[in-house]
Amino acid sequence: MNDGARAPLLEVSGLKKHFPVKKGWLSPSAKVYAVDGVSFHINQGETLGLVGESGCGKSTVGRTVLRLLDPTEGNIKLQGRDITHLSKTDMRPVRRDMQIIFQDPYSSLNPRMSAGRIVEEMLRVHDIGTPIERQERVAELFERVGLRKAQMDSFPHEFSGGQRQRIGIARALALNPKVIIGDEPVSALDVSIQAQVINLLMDLQAELNLSYLFIAHDLAVVEHISHRIAVMYLGKIVEYTDKKTLFTNPQHPYTEALLSAVPIPDPTVRRKKTILQGDVPSPINPPPGCHFHTRCPYAEERCRAEEPPLTEFGPDHLVSCHLR
Amino acid sequence: MVDIDHQAELIKAGAHVSSRWDKLAFYTRRYPLGAIGAVIMAIFVFTALFADFISPHDPLQTKASASLLAPSGEFIMGADMMGRDMFSRIIHGARISLTVGVASIMLGGTIGALVGLMSGYLLGWFDLLMQRIIDIMQALPLLVLALVMAASLGPSLQNTVIAISIPLIPNVARVVRSSTLSLREMPFVEAARAAGMSELRVALRHVLPNTLAPLIVLFTAQLGAAILVEASLSFLGLGVPEPHPSWGRMLSESAAEYVRVAPWLVVFPGLAISLAVFGTNLFGDALRDILDPRQRS
Repeated sequence: MNDGARAPLLEVSGLKKHFPVKKGWLSPSAKVYAVDGVSFHINQGETLGLVGESGCGKSTVGRTVLRLLDPTEGNIKLQGRDITHLSKTDMRPVRRDMQIIFQDPYSSLNPRMSAGRIVEEMLRVHDIGTPIERQERVAELFERVGLRKAQMDSFPHEFSGGQRQRIGIARALALNPKVIIGDEPVSALDVSIQAQVINLLMDLQAELNLSYLFIAHDLAVVEHISHRIAVMYLGKIVEYTDKKTLFTNPQHPYTEALLSAVPIPDPTVRRKKTILQGDVPSPINPPPGCHFHTRCPYAEERCRAEEPPLTEFGPDHLVSCHLR
Repeated sequence: MVDIDHQAELIKAGAHVSSRWDKLAFYTRRYPLGAIGAVIMAIFVFTALFADFISPHDPLQTKASASLLAPSGEFIMGADMMGRDMFSRIIHGARISLTVGVASIMLGGTIGALVGLMSGYLLGWFDLLMQRIIDIMQALPLLVLALVMAASLGPSLQNTVIAISIPLIPNVARVVRSSTLSLREMPFVEAARAAGMSELRVALRHVLPNTLAPLIVLFTAQLGAAILVEASLSFLGLGVPEPHPSWGRMLSESAAEYVRVAPWLVVFPGLAISLAVFGTNLFGDALRDILDPRQRS
């Protein structure tokens, strides 16, 4: 194998996305530090789980990587190629390699297009195949994601939530992408359906050697599908390691708290619970020092003043905490 | 103990609705006024389309001996001063009214939708400019604006259509703009962008079709308004000129001079205008309720 093949499929470094907010025409404009220096990579055929509570910027990471939002700083490399500053036209062919599955299966499908049309449009936009070939491809995709060919003419409102999510998956698969960004793809579904959709995603990964950036707020879901996990808090990654290490040996107090919130399906098990107090601070005015110090049970003087860097704690285990 | 007739309750709730005909029957029972409106509109459109076959006389054919003839077997709605058959003229008047209504909706609707779409999509200075122009247009009373238009352009069928369609533009633009603002943030629009579609394609194929539902209601209301404005303009002598039979002008010509001697010249065109406007309004109201799921109780 040559070096190019061994390089990560998707590499993101120092990614920042700040949104300007206008408070009034006299006051200086403030900024939302939605994503504030995030780095990670995803190898071919691998799933990186990105977890954090709502508002921590994880969806913004997904959208910025897709270039649906323009990054403020940092860069994004797909197969070794820097795509951070590509123009809209230059991005078009790149979009075939990167697709997205959305959280809400209701608003992510155009209500005025038939399910088959929604999927077919992807091929049409990229001038792939003749109309007949496209129909065949859509039929094939429908069956691959567990829908019937006959449902191609139905409209989104005629499907259930889980089926709609399958249409979304078929749409993402249409262009044979290498990376799929799942923006909480199962959060809006029933637990039983969640499992079905996750299994479908894992089957597809095994079959097509796909890479996923799997964004979720639920560690239990991420545990099942991910190979490695990055925990985000207020625009930054606080812990980044493989799945096993994260679940057996969490180092960051925030990860600890998240893990203790994962329900165990056995009422006899008693364990020490770390319950966080308060809310996530506003990303408009992130606290100085360690962003987590306002809610951290172990916070010290140093945490309030100095920002901890993301440092190596063990092999392939990065933590940003002064106390480790 | 109250007995619940489950079958009847289910039917009332529309649970049996499956085919299109069932749906039609269901809505007819649910919105009887709307159904009446729909029937009036259907008759109105049918009359307009087949005016040549329905009318017993040529609407332009004068007959001196029949001048101001009262309703009778030959002239069931009487005859006007020039001996033209009122019934035939009213039937042909439906065609004029429908033409003016539909043409003004198409013209005003297209321009309004484009302005609204661009405004909501481009935002920035374009939006600001367009919205202020629309404010100005809305500040002018509809009839006065139409009057000025008609007076400056001169009376003709096309100018009447233009005059009536202009006040429609701000309404349509506002509705489309507000829908566009919320639609442009929807995930399916993001998905379209992530697929690499051009902004034009996203706007025309994903945003615009989803703004149309509220417009349908606006358009039925506008149809009634257009008939009324056309009648008002013609009444003031600025609408569709002679010899086209316009309901409004029939009313205005005869109102002053013949209302005492030949009241049928005033009653029948007036009745036609009221009925057509009434029908479109009833239908529009029901359509708004049917299309808006939140209104379904």
